[in-house]
Amino acid sequence: MANLHFELVTPEKLVRSDDVYMVVVPGTEGDFGVLAGHSPVMSTIRDGELSIFATDGATPETITIQGGFAEVNEKGLTILAESVS
Amino acid sequence: MASLKELKGRIGSVKSTQKITKAKQMVAAAKLRRAQSAAEAARPYATQLEKIMGNLAAKVTISESSPKLLAGTGKDDVHLLVVCNSDRGLCGGFNANIVKEARLKAETLQAAGKTVKFYMVGRKGRPVINRFYPGQTMKDYDTTGVKNVGFPEAQEIAADLIQMMEDGQFDVAHLFYSKFKSALVQEPTCQQIIPVAIDTSAAANSDAPAENIASVEYEPDEEEILAELLPRNVNTQVFGALLENMASEQGASMTAMDNATRNAGDLINNLTIQYNRSRQAAITTELVEIISGAEAL
Repeated sequence: MANLHFELVTPEKLVRSDDVYMVVVPGTEGDFGVLAGHSPVMSTIRDGELSIFATDGATPETITIQGGFAEVNEKGLTILAESVS
Repeated sequence: MASLKELKGRIGSVKSTQKITKAKQMVAAAKLRRAQSAAEAARPYATQLEKIMGNLAAKVTISESSPKLLAGTGKDDVHLLVVCNSDRGLCGGFNANIVKEARLKAETLQAAGKTVKFYMVGRKGRPVINRFYPGQTMKDYDTTGVKNVGFPEAQEIAADLIQMMEDGQFDVAHLFYSKFKSALVQEPTCQQIIPVAIDTSAAANSDAPAENIASVEYEPDEEEILAELLPRNVNTQVFGALLENMASEQGASMTAMDNATRNAGDLINNLTIQYNRSRQAAITTELVEIISGAEAL
């Protein structure tokens, strides 16, 4: 299965631009996981942890993000976060 | 003609001025590189945001209930000019150009019978604006305490603006800053930030085909996302302006200081020639005096 193209952008810089297996996004209405081929979604994000799975079953890498929103389109997942820590 | 001692003194003083301008030029060159990469790093966020905004705005119809940031207050009487300047001088016409642009806009607005107010960012523009438009400055945002103006400052400014907007203190806001084109060219720019000037063509031109946009699922829903997005958009625009301004300041400073250094060099050359000439003249006169004295004997 093709990998998901994932971009994490803050106002200061492009933090990550990677091809990964899955990303779990802390949406305002609940967490949701995004795999490759996900249908287009746009959601706001609450402050929380972003889990990035590089491969299937791998230990997730977490990034704490504050505010922003996520957009999934046919090209992949883009997260615009206010700040990253 | 100035005496030798005077000339020597002047050469000395021009030399030390040259040292200062040269140092400032090198500092500006180093800072320019950093400011430029910061401005470039901020671009992906801004373009993404703009794209999403365009898509959303095309879907939401403007009505009474839509957010003020998008629809405006329904009036067009009070204009707020947000003027971003730097805190330091020694950067050529950089600050003067921005202020000039703002004054031009203010004049046209006032001629059209609108009220103009100012919101100043940075130290350098204040005295000029205060002189021409006394009492019309609503607030000064002080950036002198911060070394590198960044996103937190932009957020504060944007929050201020939105608060003032909600209090009904102004109807339209314009942002003035200097766009960084190259180290040699900076362009003073005026940009309307409130209400958001939405480029609907951006949505039409975005690479996602129309039917794809239509099928996008929104969480919570379009209006709420848009309401979240609008203040953020103001943030980003202010932040972008601040970054462009920083890069422009360093660029302008570098060019101005380069010119100053070169001028100082020319001046030193001229003064040195003058110094040598008068020294030689003095020696010649002395010789003539000795020879004519010896002949007289």
